[in-house]
Amino acid sequence: MCLIARYLEAHGIPTLCLGSALDILEAGKPPRAAFVDYPLGHSAGKPFDLADQEDIVYRALTGFEDIKAPGVAITMLKNTWGDGLWRAEASSTEGSDTRQPRDTTPQFQFAEDRVAAMAKEKIGTLKVN
Amino acid sequence: MHVNYMEAIRKRYENLGYQSYRWFIAENAPAWSAVQKPLSKSKIGLLSTSGAYALGQMAYHYKDDSSIREIPIETPTHDIRFSHITENYLVSPRKDPNCILPIETLKSLAKKGVIGSLASTALSCMGGTYSQRKVREEIAPSVLEKFMRDDIDCALLVSM
Repeated sequence: MCLIARYLEAHGIPTLCLGSALDILEAGKPPRAAFVDYPLGHSAGKPFDLADQEDIVYRALTGFEDIKAPGVAITMLKNTWGDGLWRAEASSTEGSDTRQPRDTTPQFQFAEDRVAAMAKEKIGTLKVN
Repeated sequence: MHVNYMEAIRKRYENLGYQSYRWFIAENAPAWSAVQKPLSKSKIGLLSTSGAYALGQMAYHYKDDSSIREIPIETPTHDIRFSHITENYLVSPRKDPNCILPIETLKSLAKKGVIGSLASTALSCMGGTYSQRKVREEIAPSVLEKFMRDDIDCALLVSM
């Protein structure tokens, strides 16, 4: 994400990165960034918690007006997840590899998604012909 | 104390005998583009690196997929899907996409006048790409082209 932000910024688009891995944000030095201390997968808020989602995105966006120089400081959002149990798992150096196999087959969430995508592709092909 | 993901994942892979993942580490300060308008007048573009796609679109593959999905912001939330090499982080987004792809959140902020508007399509790609060259030469230029086409003022990038 940081690489993309830096590229966009170099081409004239102001960017703001919102993330929940502080060390990765710091390493990537994006022009503007906001950090929320939530488990990965929740950078824009807790699921089904509209107030939390809006608060996080709003506070992050204020960085467009408040951050005046690149990469000087990451906006630290104050939102709290609740219990900190997730940290132990996220910090663990033990356990198996959680990544999926690196494969070039599209990995649809549901079988019906494949059918829908194939149907759309077929319609597109028919139009071209 | 914040989680040190880079160190934890590096050690985990080392314990498993795997090659270390190479994160992007910037060696210099980033470029800077000044914001031209107040937020309340700005058109915001959204990019999520969560591997989001809409029903009817192709899912991502897990070997450095460098493709982009354009998701119309009127897509019903229940038609938004995800595929990402680290599927373990998708449990909540697959229930409520807005916790990683904040389309409805930004629409609500637009309605309240906090932002001017949201671009009519949200962009998504799959993070966790091993090839930094692909990110630089394929993903980033493609995102730039689409944001320029949509004539946005500022881009919000949300990571997994």
